[in-house]
Amino acid sequence: MGADSNQMLLRIEGLNKCFGENVVLDGASLNVPRGSLVTVLGRSGAGKSVLLKCLADVVRPDSGSIHFDGKLLSIGDVSSRADFRRRCSFLFQSNALFDSLTALENVALPLEQTTDLSDKEIRERSLEALRQIELEAHQDRYPSQLSGGMQKRLALARAIVTRPELVLFDEPTAGLDPLRRNAVFAMIAKYQRQFGFTALVVTHDLTEALIASDRVALLDKGRMCFEGTPAEFSASTVAMVEDFRDSAEALGRTLAAIRRGEAMQSEDS
Amino acid sequence: MKQSKLELYVGLFVLLGIAAIVYLTVKLGAKSLIGGDTYVMEARFTNAGGLNAGSSVLVAGVPVGRVEGIRVDGTDYSAMVTLRVEAGLKLPTDTMASIKTTGLIGDKYVALAPGADDSYLTAGSRITMTESSVDLESLIGKMAFGSVEKGKDSPPPAP
Amino acid sequence: MLRAIGRYSLSIVHELGDFALFTGQSFRSAVGARRLGRRIVRAGFEQGVRCLPVIIIVGMFTGLVLGLQGYYVLNRFGSESLLGTLVSLSLVRELGPALAALMLVGQAGSALAAELGIQRNTEQIAALETMGVSSHAYLITPRLLAALVVYPMQTALFVTVGLWGGSLSGSLLLGLEPGVYWSSVEHAVKAQDVRECIIKAVTFGLLTISLCAYHGFNAHRCSSATGARAVSASTTRAVVQSSIIVLAADYIITSFLV
Repeated sequence: MGADSNQMLLRIEGLNKCFGENVVLDGASLNVPRGSLVTVLGRSGAGKSVLLKCLADVVRPDSGSIHFDGKLLSIGDVSSRADFRRRCSFLFQSNALFDSLTALENVALPLEQTTDLSDKEIRERSLEALRQIELEAHQDRYPSQLSGGMQKRLALARAIVTRPELVLFDEPTAGLDPLRRNAVFAMIAKYQRQFGFTALVVTHDLTEALIASDRVALLDKGRMCFEGTPAEFSASTVAMVEDFRDSAEALGRTLAAIRRGEAMQSEDS
Repeated sequence: MKQSKLELYVGLFVLLGIAAIVYLTVKLGAKSLIGGDTYVMEARFTNAGGLNAGSSVLVAGVPVGRVEGIRVDGTDYSAMVTLRVEAGLKLPTDTMASIKTTGLIGDKYVALAPGADDSYLTAGSRITMTESSVDLESLIGKMAFGSVEKGKDSPPPAP
Repeated sequence: MLRAIGRYSLSIVHELGDFALFTGQSFRSAVGARRLGRRIVRAGFEQGVRCLPVIIIVGMFTGLVLGLQGYYVLNRFGSESLLGTLVSLSLVRELGPALAALMLVGQAGSALAAELGIQRNTEQIAALETMGVSSHAYLITPRLLAALVVYPMQTALFVTVGLWGGSLSGSLLLGLEPGVYWSSVEHAVKAQDVRECIIKAVTFGLLTISLCAYHGFNAHRCSSATGARAVSASTTRAVVQSSIIVLAADYIITSFLV
């Protein structure tokens, strides 16, 4: 247990969450080893975003426990959360950039509001973060003046400027074309190694996730039905994993059936 | 907008705002607070109707003080009016105090008409010669009656 | 029917309690807030500098109209000399605080409610919370503290400009002696009136800015609409309720103080 909890930066056990009658999380558990890139896969509506929001304390779970760095985070308890918040950043699906602040001000905000650094230090550290994410030239632009990819990078810069140990990504590739998806995963993997943070990514983009991640988990109907390495995922015989993995083939079969049906119809007429 | 520019504008606004507040409180509100030394005396009226604490005290039409308080004297049911007057102004003992009105429906004030005595009123002394409020209702009645007699267009006589 | 009334009353009580907690939370967040001064300056800019033109214009016209109407009414009684009394007392006691507050609601309050609503909608408020930044301390506390200072200032400016407006229409247009006007102004206004004026301004500032912030901040809880509609609905509600509360509070304060 001792050695194990040292290795695991984040341990989630038996998380439950209902919205009225709707059970979203039903005893979800997950282990995130220190320094790794873990991806949680799942269909839309499987409870992936809610899982992350429980971690970020935006949503309060009904029951279950979260251990961060061996310490229990009590649900809704401000003091035990303060340490976690300092060491963890959250990247929203919508980026949630402050649209009335410039790129530089966006990055500087978490430092200004949560640290006692001087203005000069804050400026230096923010510029450094922008430089690392290659947005230095756009420091005085507003988020609306940046492209979608740049906004994503800016959000990442804002997330890492506080030098967190854990970064949570909520659907970073949602709605992007395949090339952009690759670029985002490449960016996460690159900066994850560069800055040495632990990354927990929630997505439904299977191909990219399998290539980029160290570990993969599959969430279905609020439960974790698979947890392991990408190689184990590819070899797994769990029904849900097979469905997910072989969805392209399933599509092929469905389409073939439709075409056969059309062919029969045209023969009939 | 740059923080420094922002601060400049806000600073200007705050100066303007403080100036306005000071203007209101000092120029309009609290004139009596910033005046010099004052002393208090009393005057007995049979009727102090319409007079309030804070009403002006005038000598020859010039404000020299304020009414501090009004109470009923329990012995003869007359009104005891406390007047606070500038210390620099010496008033003879035979000064007459009368309650008058600015305009027709204006505020009541106390007019002091200094006499010719050699001795002067001191703090706490009492003005004996007084003239009470004019009974407005009878006055208006008279005027209305008079104006009807004279015709509609002629203005009412000044009181 | 009875149950509907009961349910409605309960929901009002619930919302009032929620609003009171919200305001209390905003003040409590001032403790430990970082770089609060800078945020207050920005809020002071929004409520002060931005709203200055409308305060001056409306104040000037209010004074002009009061001077004009007052002159014609008083002229019938031959008491034009009381014009200063009429203009100054109406401005200081009622019109100044109430109209200035309504103008500030229209300009700063509506902007605040809409801005917070959009920030709620685009998860910017949630983002602040996940960063460990108190959204109350960052977004609402500075505005509330600024309002406590800015509202009395705006009101004083409104009254001052209004008094000059009154003298303008009274003496310049209608030929009243300026000395007569100003002496009756100075004579009429007492320290008590100015104090009442300031108390009203501070109360209106506290109530309206807190109410606008409350509705904007809770735009996601709007039951009748979602998304952009929720922002517009909560902004409308913020402005309407703020306007009502200004006049209601005005009546209550007046009846207690006079």
